[in-house]
Amino acid sequence: MSDETNKPDKRWDLGGRDLEVLLEEAKQYKGESLWSDAWRRLKRNRSAFWSLIILGVILGVSMLAPLWPLASPMALDLQLEPQPPVAPWVEFGRTGWDSTGYWELGAIDSALLKVRENLFGDWQFERWMGTDSKGRDVMSRIVWGSRISIQVSIVATLCSLLIGVTYGALAGLLGGRVDNAMMRIVDILYSIPFIFLVIFVLTLITEMKTELEDAGIETLDVFYLLLGLIYWLTMARVVRGQVLALKNSEFIEAARVMGASTWRILFGHIVPNVLSIVIVYLTLTIPAVMLFEAFISFLGLGVQAPKVSWGLLASDSVEAINPVHSYWWLVSWIAGAMGVTLLALNILGDGVRDALDPKLRGKD
Amino acid sequence: MTETLLEVKNLAKHFPIGSVGLTGRPDHFLRAVDDVSFDLHRGESLGLVGESGCGKSTTARAVIGLHKPTAGSVKLEGQELAHLSARQWLPYRRRMQMIFQDPYASLDPRQTVGSILKEPLTIHKIGKPRDRRLRALALLDAVGLNPRYLNRYPHEFSGGQRQRIGIARALALEPDILICDEPVSALDVSIQAQVINLLKELQERFNLAYLFIAHDLAVVRHLCSRVAVMYLGRVVEVAERDQLFENPAHPYTRALLSAVPHADPAVEAGRERIVLEGDVPSPHNPPSGCSFHPRCPERDRVGARCSSEAPTLIERDGGRFAACHLED
Repeated sequence: MSDETNKPDKRWDLGGRDLEVLLEEAKQYKGESLWSDAWRRLKRNRSAFWSLIILGVILGVSMLAPLWPLASPMALDLQLEPQPPVAPWVEFGRTGWDSTGYWELGAIDSALLKVRENLFGDWQFERWMGTDSKGRDVMSRIVWGSRISIQVSIVATLCSLLIGVTYGALAGLLGGRVDNAMMRIVDILYSIPFIFLVIFVLTLITEMKTELEDAGIETLDVFYLLLGLIYWLTMARVVRGQVLALKNSEFIEAARVMGASTWRILFGHIVPNVLSIVIVYLTLTIPAVMLFEAFISFLGLGVQAPKVSWGLLASDSVEAINPVHSYWWLVSWIAGAMGVTLLALNILGDGVRDALDPKLRGKD
Repeated sequence: MTETLLEVKNLAKHFPIGSVGLTGRPDHFLRAVDDVSFDLHRGESLGLVGESGCGKSTTARAVIGLHKPTAGSVKLEGQELAHLSARQWLPYRRRMQMIFQDPYASLDPRQTVGSILKEPLTIHKIGKPRDRRLRALALLDAVGLNPRYLNRYPHEFSGGQRQRIGIARALALEPDILICDEPVSALDVSIQAQVINLLKELQERFNLAYLFIAHDLAVVRHLCSRVAVMYLGRVVEVAERDQLFENPAHPYTRALLSAVPHADPAVEAGRERIVLEGDVPSPHNPPSGCSFHPRCPERDRVGARCSSEAPTLIERDGGRFAACHLED
């Protein structure tokens, strides 16, 4: 040991065996952590595993949307009525894509669009899912619209994780009056009717839309802000409850006896142990948030045209349902996309909960 | 006489129960530990026995700073610890460590054995990361575990092995004092013996002082050189092991010892038992005078003094200490 000056006596020389060799040997005896055990069991859960794969594919397709040879989601074709789908085996693709027909894209998206232009030129897929009443390609709109849903989930997830987990864990760990005060703040925020708040704020915002846009703020950003403000609350409560249960356990006491600081106990011991519950809760929150965004956009308060989101598509499709015409493709594709995504998220959430349940550990 | 390491004087820990109004002022207290005094010498082991709920574990936790004592002093080689903040406590953590009761709850299930053993070294900034890893190996070896299992997780070990990991963790800081809070009561009997023998071996090897909390008198008799008996938050008797077991001074100690069954049925059948009446009184509202007097089989020999005046723990003949008016 390096500090032999503090302890002059030799009684603590444990030596004897060749430790360097043992250290090398120890590398072969890998233990199975609770995480790898959970992952193994998740993989065995067929439906959950396939849900994970489907979600991965959806995420990939959506994130790389500018790369696919899709029509522009805002390219109008006003001469046309809603066009029925053309099956890919009838007509696979066509030309006529225009690289300027997009709203203002970020740097990465623009770069991806450039790559697409080099790869495919002005070639694009035929309207496999039909077009809407303004002649826009439904498939392209679904793919581009999914990005908003994913962004919303990411915002809610980050807020839950960063604010919710830290806040809840701190409240539970500090206890007493601090805990009391912190949880009353959560209660107060909870008592605000969220939907009304969002509708109210977003309606106000539309009044000042031009001023905000001059300042570079979009309505959607305000929506994200509100989402972030609210979506950590439940997480804070869930985590606090878990921490209260954990904080008197002996391994936390052992850490305190060692002299571990509050932060070390919090992030070294408590957070890793509540993380499984956090993950389960997240997988069940994400679909709720996605649905909520769709609802807000459906009401016309979320995403504004020409941008597109799933809520907006659903809203469009409602107009398509009337007794005279049945433009079924306007309803079924978007409903299918939302249905598959939400179902996969819920099945995955269930599977993750089972996989992380310590009572089921070792059983399959 | 060997050097005194730890000196505990009039230690008390009262827990507030129930709170009234917004100020959160408690309306009454649970007197878990009331006026406990003992000292611990280098290399010795002091057993702390008593039935459940008598304040053994609370005493241990107050001594090591997990609970802030309500009153009294805890001195480590003359340094007062009772009122130190967590930061001021830090250097003394290296001198005094603790082994916990439940080997399933006392190890973080998300850490490998290696990181459990490295953590105290990291907290106290001892050595470089590589030294710490080697030290963890040496510690595993010292407690009789295969050092190759450094990268395994606690759930991959049995109860006895886990308790060894807990012991290794306590040894990592090279302490002089180990507080053992019923370290074997959660283990199978066959494993208990192994762990007790390990503790004994480690004590000789590292010259450790144990404050050994147990309710199993046989274990205490095997391991401890002195024994303190607690009843309802107070120490009623402290004596050398043989003296205590063969000639107990306090009526409660006598009753406690007579509750230990004898292995031989023939002896057991003829053995006289002292059966105490009633239950242990509630520590919210302990009896007046000597807290043992409502159950004491000897109270008629002393009379009213037992219910009016609390006896103090003072030295009796033969160097033992007992808190009983009978001995006055």
